[in-house]
Amino acid sequence: MSETDNSEIYSDVPAGTHPAYASPAYKSTILRAPSRPLIRLPQTLTEVTGPRPGAETVGPTLADFTKCHGGEAVGERIIVTGRVLDEDGRAVPNAVLEIWQANAAGRYNHPVDRHDAPLDPHFDGSGRVTTAEDGAYRFQSIKPGAYPWKNHHNAWRPNHIHFSLFGPGVATRLITQMYFPGDPLLPLDPIYNSIPDAAARARLVSTFDIDVTQPEYALGYRFDIVLRGRHATPMEQ
Amino acid sequence: MPGLTSSQTVGPFFHEALLRDGQTTLVKPATQGVRIAIEGIVTDGAGAPVTDAMLEIWQANGAGRYDHPADTQDKPIDPAFHGFGRAGTDKTGHYRFETIRPGAVPGRGNSLQAPHIAVTLFTRGLLLHLTTRLYFAGEPLNDTDPVLALVPDEAARRTLIATPVAGTAIPTYRFDIRLQGDGETVFFEI
Repeated sequence: MSETDNSEIYSDVPAGTHPAYASPAYKSTILRAPSRPLIRLPQTLTEVTGPRPGAETVGPTLADFTKCHGGEAVGERIIVTGRVLDEDGRAVPNAVLEIWQANAAGRYNHPVDRHDAPLDPHFDGSGRVTTAEDGAYRFQSIKPGAYPWKNHHNAWRPNHIHFSLFGPGVATRLITQMYFPGDPLLPLDPIYNSIPDAAARARLVSTFDIDVTQPEYALGYRFDIVLRGRHATPMEQ
Repeated sequence: MPGLTSSQTVGPFFHEALLRDGQTTLVKPATQGVRIAIEGIVTDGAGAPVTDAMLEIWQANGAGRYDHPADTQDKPIDPAFHGFGRAGTDKTGHYRFETIRPGAVPGRGNSLQAPHIAVTLFTRGLLLHLTTRLYFAGEPLNDTDPVLALVPDEAARRTLIATPVAGTAIPTYRFDIRLQGDGETVFFEI
C-alpha cells in the first residue's frame, strides 16, 4: 500500500547490552522490574517515528554549566565532547541531549537529595545541547563528585553524568550515564555492573583526551553515544 | 561497527533537568481534533505509588499522521500539534496529559492499527525504560488491532485499554500502570 511499508526498522539490541530489569543487586529494581516477559512488538510507524521536541518543550540550549546565578561553580572544570552515531556508524544530527549531574561535592540540586554535602549556589548541574550535522556535541561542566546512597552498606555511586537522548524514533530513545576513567568505585557499583556485557559496560566510561583538554582551563573527556542502527528490511516482512 | 550504548536508570534526580511547565499539554488553541485528558497512577509490585516516575507519550494527530519525516502518508500535518508529551508522577503516583484523540495509523502490511498512544516510562529502579501502549475503550478497531492481537490473555490485554472517567469537563481516560504483580501492565520489546 503506501510507501510507509518500506520504511526502515531499527535493528535488534545485541544480547547483554542493556541491563536486565530484574537486577536485584540494585535494590530499587526488586519491586519495580516487570515480572512477566516483555511481548515482542514488530515495529510499526508508531515506533519508527518519534518525538523531536524543540526548545519550547525541553528548554533552550545550555552548554556551559560552570557559571550560573552570577558566579562560577566550585570544582574541577571539564569539557565533555563526542559524537552521537548509530550502529552503522552514521552521524545522528539534530539529536537533543539533556544532561544532568551532581556538583563537585556529590550533591544534586534536588529536594530529595539528603546527602550531607554542600549545595553550590553557582551550579545547577543541568543543560541541553543539540548535535551538529556530524553528530558532534560539546558542553563544559564541573567534574561531579561521588556520593553515598542507601542501596547497601557503604554504597557510593561512582562519578557520573546522566544523558537523555531523542534519536530519530521511539525505538531509539535512550537514557544512560557516562562514567570517568580509572574510578575505583566502578567495580563496586550495581548500576554500572547491571550491564551483562563487559565491552558494553566499558563503553560507558569516557576517555581522557589531552587534545580536548584546554590549556590553563579545563580537562577534556570524550564520550561517543551509539543509538540503534537500521535494517533495510521492509516492515511487512 | 560502533557498539550500541547501554541504558542506565534515570535515577531519582532528573526533575530539574527534564521536567518543564507545559510538557503535559500537547494541544494548542488551533490544534485539530477531539480534546481529551489522560490520567492515571503508577504503582509498584507492592501496590505502592511510584512517586518518581516520568512518562513520555507519542501519538499521531487527529487525522492519523505522525509529525515525523518517516511518516509519508497522504494525510494532513497539523502545524499546531507535534504529539509529544512528558509528565512526572506526583506524591500519589498520579500523572495527567491533555491532548487529542489520535486518528488511526497503518500497521504492517495492509493492516490498520486502532487509535493508540505510545507510552514510555522511566523511573529509579528501571535500568531500561519500559514501553507500552494506550488504547481507548469502546473503539471498534481494537478488535482487529494487530498489536493487541499479540496479547492473547484477555486480562492482560485490558491493561492496555484506557477507560472513560465519568463526570469530567473534557472526556477523560484513565490509564493506570502497574509495574509488577497482580494486574501487571503489558510491556513491549520494540
